[in-house]
Amino acid sequence: MTTTPTELTDTQTQALLLKLTVLADDEIILAHRNGEWTGHAPILEEDIALANIAQDELGHAGLYLSLAQTLGGSDPDRVAFWRGPDDYLNTRLVELPKGDWAFTMVRQFLYDTSEALWLEAATRSTYAPLAEIAAKAVREEKFHVQHTALWVERLALGTPESERRTQAALTELWPHAAQLFQPVEGEAELTASGILPDLNAVHARWSDLVTRHLVDRCGLTLPDAPATQPGRDTHTEHLAPLLEEMQRVARQHPDAEVW
Amino acid sequence: MTHPTPAQTGITPGETAEQHAHFEARIARGEKIEAGDWMPAEYRRQLIRMISQHAHSEVVGMLPEGEWITRAPSLRRKTILMAKVQDEAGHGQYLYHAAETLGATREDMLQALLSGKAKYSSIFNYPTHSWADVGMIGWLVDGAAIKNQTMLAGCSYGPYSRAMVRICSEETFHHKQGKEMIVAYAQGTPQQRAMAQDALNRWWWPAMMMLGPHDADSPNSGVLTRWGIKLKSNDEVRQEFINEHVPELLEAGLTIPDPDLHQDEHGNWRHGPIHWDEFWAVIRGEQGLNKERLGARQAAHDDGAWVRDALQAYTDRQRAVAAD
Repeated sequence: MTTTPTELTDTQTQALLLKLTVLADDEIILAHRNGEWTGHAPILEEDIALANIAQDELGHAGLYLSLAQTLGGSDPDRVAFWRGPDDYLNTRLVELPKGDWAFTMVRQFLYDTSEALWLEAATRSTYAPLAEIAAKAVREEKFHVQHTALWVERLALGTPESERRTQAALTELWPHAAQLFQPVEGEAELTASGILPDLNAVHARWSDLVTRHLVDRCGLTLPDAPATQPGRDTHTEHLAPLLEEMQRVARQHPDAEVW
Repeated sequence: MTHPTPAQTGITPGETAEQHAHFEARIARGEKIEAGDWMPAEYRRQLIRMISQHAHSEVVGMLPEGEWITRAPSLRRKTILMAKVQDEAGHGQYLYHAAETLGATREDMLQALLSGKAKYSSIFNYPTHSWADVGMIGWLVDGAAIKNQTMLAGCSYGPYSRAMVRICSEETFHHKQGKEMIVAYAQGTPQQRAMAQDALNRWWWPAMMMLGPHDADSPNSGVLTRWGIKLKSNDEVRQEFINEHVPELLEAGLTIPDPDLHQDEHGNWRHGPIHWDEFWAVIRGEQGLNKERLGARQAAHDDGAWVRDALQAYTDRQRAVAAD
């Protein structure tokens, strides 16, 4: 059974718009952080690989925001470049500064695994436009997971220094990861009607997958996660300067119609 | 009395006239020289110098534009710019591999870059002041590079020639996106138009100079031409560049910062005098961002040392496990 746009109720439309914005915000901010590595990676091959991952993330953001536009959302560039930190709904996980290579790779692994599992479930969405996007994006995401899982393994099982840095990254990032599984307002109804994946089920699969890789295979230790998470509307001090830089050129030219 | 050097004659002690005659006959027949073939030591030396310099230019060339990835004004432009800088990393990679076929190692080439011993194109020591510089670099700098690289795609050394064919096809996209961008800004808001013109004012002469000194002042050209590495002179390549770009820039409504620019009776666009003092000062690192560019490469290299050590340790361990 598939649902066409006209069959969404107003409440469903609003909730789906919000969900698509949340998904896009994570992609935009993480792609930005990854873009900071281009030209500065530890090996030339990684300048290439991480830039590729970042382009896919921007591509996914574009898919989500274009779909949002068909549901009454604004132009994707308007959404990306003209909202401030109070309106961005990305997780804290993705806005933290890029750190060292271990930090970037552990973050990417936590994020890519969650995205791949969510997308895989979303390919079965009863809302055809979302199922189509998910089918396209999930193929790319599987490569990201392969790449980052191997990096985390190589760093965790490399030298004492790389192991120490990888564990330190995981200790810092882990408390933020659960935010990826926070539902948006109205998500329960979308899940009940099969439009969105069951986030709790995705979360459970993710916990299992990352524990097997990080603990069993890589020998890392998972710290305790805090019992409660702040909402996606509250940010660390790192988001505002990121957006200031990202939006500077666009905002210097408020009349520009073409970029 | 001074004896001519191998750089002038191409002949290194120990090499015979027969070997050279055979080698030059192959080049005259248009054959490609491949990695395992006999070649004069000077041919090998010149190619390693040129190819590694070219590879370094790609790698350092990631920096001036890369700075703008975080500031690109639309999602599309950000994706395109990332793809472009990624391509440059890829070009660096092919070219390092091409130089490796001649016996150079990536580690040695990288050390030569970081120590300042090896050169890279001085065009990348110019600062990027505005977003329009990204477009102007694509249009003019990549446009000039394509002219040079199209020539090199026909060069006598097989691995270099094939790397160039592949690089040129990607550079064509870089050139296209840069031109598309500047043409749009030239027709955009007054502010965008001013930004495009300012970028042209700053990049026109550096792009002209990046094709190298006038033929009379080009120290390496003689032997490179004889051995089919360099098929056209700097001035010939520069003329091709000008003839293509002048009409397009004018059509976009921009003003080229050369009051002496004019078309001669053969239809060639003739430029005014080039200020080579600036070119040589930038080459010598006295002007421009030489220190900053090499500093950024050095920092990436140093910060990445523990990562490369970890990769090596992991690989060694995997090999040891596999051998058991």
